[in-house]
Amino acid sequence: MGELLLIASVTLGLNLALSLLAMLRQPAASDRMLSAQLLGTNGVGLMLLLSLAQDQAALVDAALVLALLAAVVVIAFTRRAPEGSHD
Amino acid sequence: MTFDALLLLDMLLAAMMLMLAVAALHSHSLRQGIILFIVFGLVTALAWARLRAPDVALAEAAIGSGVAGALLLAALRDRKPRKQKTPMARPAWQVLTVTYLVIGLALTASWAFLDAQANHAGPRLGAMVQAELANSGVANPVTAVLLNFRAYDTLLELAVLLAALLGVLALGPERTAPRAAGPVVTHLVAWLTPLLIVTAGYLLWVGAHAPGGAFQAGALLAAAGIVVRLSGNPHTGLPSGVWIRMLAVAGCGVFMFVGLASMSGGANLLQYPADWAGTLILLIEIFATLAIAASLVLVYLGGRPESWSSGGKNARA
Amino acid sequence: MIDLLSAGLIVGGLFFYVAGTVGLIRLPDTLSRLHAVTKADNLGLGLLVFGLLLQLSDPLSMLKVLLIWVLVLAASAAGGQLIARHLQHKREESS
Repeated sequence: MGELLLIASVTLGLNLALSLLAMLRQPAASDRMLSAQLLGTNGVGLMLLLSLAQDQAALVDAALVLALLAAVVVIAFTRRAPEGSHD
Repeated sequence: MTFDALLLLDMLLAAMMLMLAVAALHSHSLRQGIILFIVFGLVTALAWARLRAPDVALAEAAIGSGVAGALLLAALRDRKPRKQKTPMARPAWQVLTVTYLVIGLALTASWAFLDAQANHAGPRLGAMVQAELANSGVANPVTAVLLNFRAYDTLLELAVLLAALLGVLALGPERTAPRAAGPVVTHLVAWLTPLLIVTAGYLLWVGAHAPGGAFQAGALLAAAGIVVRLSGNPHTGLPSGVWIRMLAVAGCGVFMFVGLASMSGGANLLQYPADWAGTLILLIEIFATLAIAASLVLVYLGGRPESWSSGGKNARA
Repeated sequence: MIDLLSAGLIVGGLFFYVAGTVGLIRLPDTLSRLHAVTKADNLGLGLLVFGLLLQLSDPLSMLKVLLIWVLVLAASAAGGQLIARHLQHKREESS
């Protein structure tokens, strides 16, 4: 089980790196925001795996905080200035 | 096999951090630079997790990535909208040079740190903290260091936060609130806000015996206020009039009061009486959380809110 | 036995994560990328979460992990809709 957790962590890490490269290639801000959302979910998964692999229950709290703040940041990004459109 | 796998993960995280930093600096639009900065915060939080530092990972995720990202995006909204999409010029070469010099300095410092770690000479700080942990009133060594052994530093940090807040308040009235949001944002915020508040309370409480604490809890509470405002509600949960001033000062103030009160028994400043230490630390942390949350929300507002001069019997502008 | 089930669920979750990234790279349009990212990621995280749940013993941790999944589901759904609408507004403005 421990071995699998480590391999899984590395896989998610690679996935994170690939998503990051994909994000850097996209020109548009919306693309980057949705990539950021994917990276956030990826990060939450990796944090949970690390919590089990390193036997640190506090990293589950860290994953929760990551998920919460990812939601906050998406709202902050998509709310436009007052002269923009509704919502 | 196991060692290689984690080393690969660590190298990936380090490479991603450097790449993100360079990309954010050279980004051709501020909006994208900010998104890259937020992702940088995420990867840094994962790096802290790999370094077995959950307290710092929590703080990085909450403050460094989340609240700072929201702050930067709000500041971006204030810029006058330009009609054409002119590409932004790169930062001046002086800024880039200094930045890369600082990065080089940081890398050198890291090497020095790792080198120092290899020589096990003399007492280690970690062992000293563990030895005194039973007398500190809490079971989490990080909280013991922050709120007891090095309480003076934390007191000064809160004072610095207060000073920054005073600077922001001097800027003038707050930014205009976003318009009322549609149903998606409204309903999302409706359950996100209580969840943020409850998690803040949980982190504050658990900080005594597990990773957590006042700064992380304060940041989550501030995120709740920010998210309420983003949904179009101008009221961010801050009180009005004299209460908001008291709230902003409460973190530093209660800390100093407890520190000075401990001197009444003949002890030094901030030397808590041993059997009261746990309770006093919790008291300080509660007010620190509230003060940090209020300060971060006021900084997000970018100036004095409308409720600054209204409400309360002794309200003054 | 539980370990085997756990391992299967975790590997399944990883597969969906990777599929989401592949979709991000290969799909032609922002909206289709958005679709791929939100669906694959939530499923990937869900399978990962259930795999990890089997390994945990502390009920509070299990509750937290489930809460994380539900939170990410709801926030991704709302966020995906918001990003799509943001994109639509930008297109309307520039056209």
